[in-house]
Amino acid sequence: MSAFLNFTGTLLKNLVTKPVTKNYPEEPAVYPERTRGHIEIDIDQCISCGLCVRSCPPRCIVVDKGAGTWTINRFDCIACGYCASKCPKKCLKIVPGYQTPARKKEADTYRKSPEVMEEERRKAAEMAAKKAAALKAAQAKKAAAAAAATPAAAAPVAPAAPAAKPAPAEPAPAAPAAEKE
Amino acid sequence: MGKVSVIPFGPQHPVLPEPIHLDLVIEDEKVIEAIPSIGFVHRGLESLIVKKDFNEMVYVAERTCGICSFGHGMGYVEAIEHIMGVEIPDRARYLRTIWMELSRMHSHLLWLGLLADAFGYESLFYQCWRIREQILDMIEESTGGRVIFSVNKVGGVMKDMDSAMLSRFLDVLTDVEGQIRTIRKVFLQDRSVQMRLRGVGVLTRQMAHDLGCAGPFGRASGIATDMRIRGYGAYGDLDFEPIISTEGDSYARCQCRIDELFQSIDLIRQAVGKIPAGDLSVPVKGNPDGEFFMRIEQPRGEAVYYVKGSGKPNLNRLRIRTPTFANLPGLCETLKGADYADVPILVLTIDPCISCTER
Repeated sequence: MSAFLNFTGTLLKNLVTKPVTKNYPEEPAVYPERTRGHIEIDIDQCISCGLCVRSCPPRCIVVDKGAGTWTINRFDCIACGYCASKCPKKCLKIVPGYQTPARKKEADTYRKSPEVMEEERRKAAEMAAKKAAALKAAQAKKAAAAAAATPAAAAPVAPAAPAAKPAPAEPAPAAPAAEKE
Repeated sequence: MGKVSVIPFGPQHPVLPEPIHLDLVIEDEKVIEAIPSIGFVHRGLESLIVKKDFNEMVYVAERTCGICSFGHGMGYVEAIEHIMGVEIPDRARYLRTIWMELSRMHSHLLWLGLLADAFGYESLFYQCWRIREQILDMIEESTGGRVIFSVNKVGGVMKDMDSAMLSRFLDVLTDVEGQIRTIRKVFLQDRSVQMRLRGVGVLTRQMAHDLGCAGPFGRASGIATDMRIRGYGAYGDLDFEPIISTEGDSYARCQCRIDELFQSIDLIRQAVGKIPAGDLSVPVKGNPDGEFFMRIEQPRGEAVYYVKGSGKPNLNRLRIRTPTFANLPGLCETLKGADYADVPILVLTIDPCISCTER
């Protein structure tokens, strides 16, 4: 007889206790802190490096550096969090809360604010100017070094000497000027 | 002598959790032959290895299966770590072992529920899944995913479990152990359940050996194959014996899996007791160059990962041999001579994971 009563205890307990399931939409679900629900981006911190694009296993992220946008197709995203671990600025985060259903598979696009874009453009222009100046200086230095080296090196080589001599002589005085700038 | 007829079974069938098609040759309500055909959920995951970076591929390998996901990820990263000669921190080895055992528990509880559903014991089915829910909550709290953990990476693990979390998990597991003990009685002592399981689908030890059965399916027939004895992860430091049974029928398979639940709880307790402090991962430099066969014990049995790289970020080859693939010949053998009404239970007793098999 006892063989038939194995489940009775559990059964009676289940009858008098509250259900273990939640009345879900009315009672909101509670997720642990670590739940990998979806990816969030702090777009103004993003430097559009594109590491997330290259690391994403389903290739669901698109970054447009010129337009300052970061686009994710959330229906392709597998919420693995690999992009967040690769992000150098730590502006990608994986947070609780699952992707909600939708009628259309639309991608979410995040755009940098105009101030940030302006700032970035200004910085980029600054960087470009600096780079150009540095390049110029380097070229001038190289030319100066070449000019210093030519008289000794070029002397024994007869045909090259006349051509090489006037060329370095010209930029040589420019070198100190570029450095001053 | 009755009329011989062929009944198609699956890929869509109420008792089948996953798509496999069987052509059952029936004579007088007895199955005389079962011809399987697979290939309904082939996704070509293995060939992705030539397109993706080997670090990215961890996430693809994990998604081979929805239930033994952690095992796939672990098998793949351990194979890569062997090729690259990476020695992972001890804490990472222990954490992987704890997660692997939690994953085994959730898989076995899922299977017990499905079995109860197959022999028509609905309330037992819900009871099993109710217990499983507590395991899933633990997994979600520690890894962030309920079935796809995504905590493995080449060189270690990405998330930690602190001592407060581990001790809380142990308390939950003590509670879960009591609950499993209650349902164990129902599965193994209830008369109606025994009538559906005892002597159904007997596979002898010799037969199981010849057909190369793996995991609890083989262990129920008396073959003590348990890859955990090899000592990968932290299993080498833990004390356990493979659970085997000699009867080889559906009842023995059920018994093996229930007892493995207790074994898993015991292994987690041992691992939590021994877990050392330290780093979670080591930095990995370079690309894998070489090949390796990794054999690990998944909830369903032995899985084999063959990985071959040639010093580039994209590997040359990944081959996954899953336990269900090894168990399908055994299934066809057990189906021979079975009652037609027992077919659903017999298909379930190998714990089929067809998505794994077809990758």
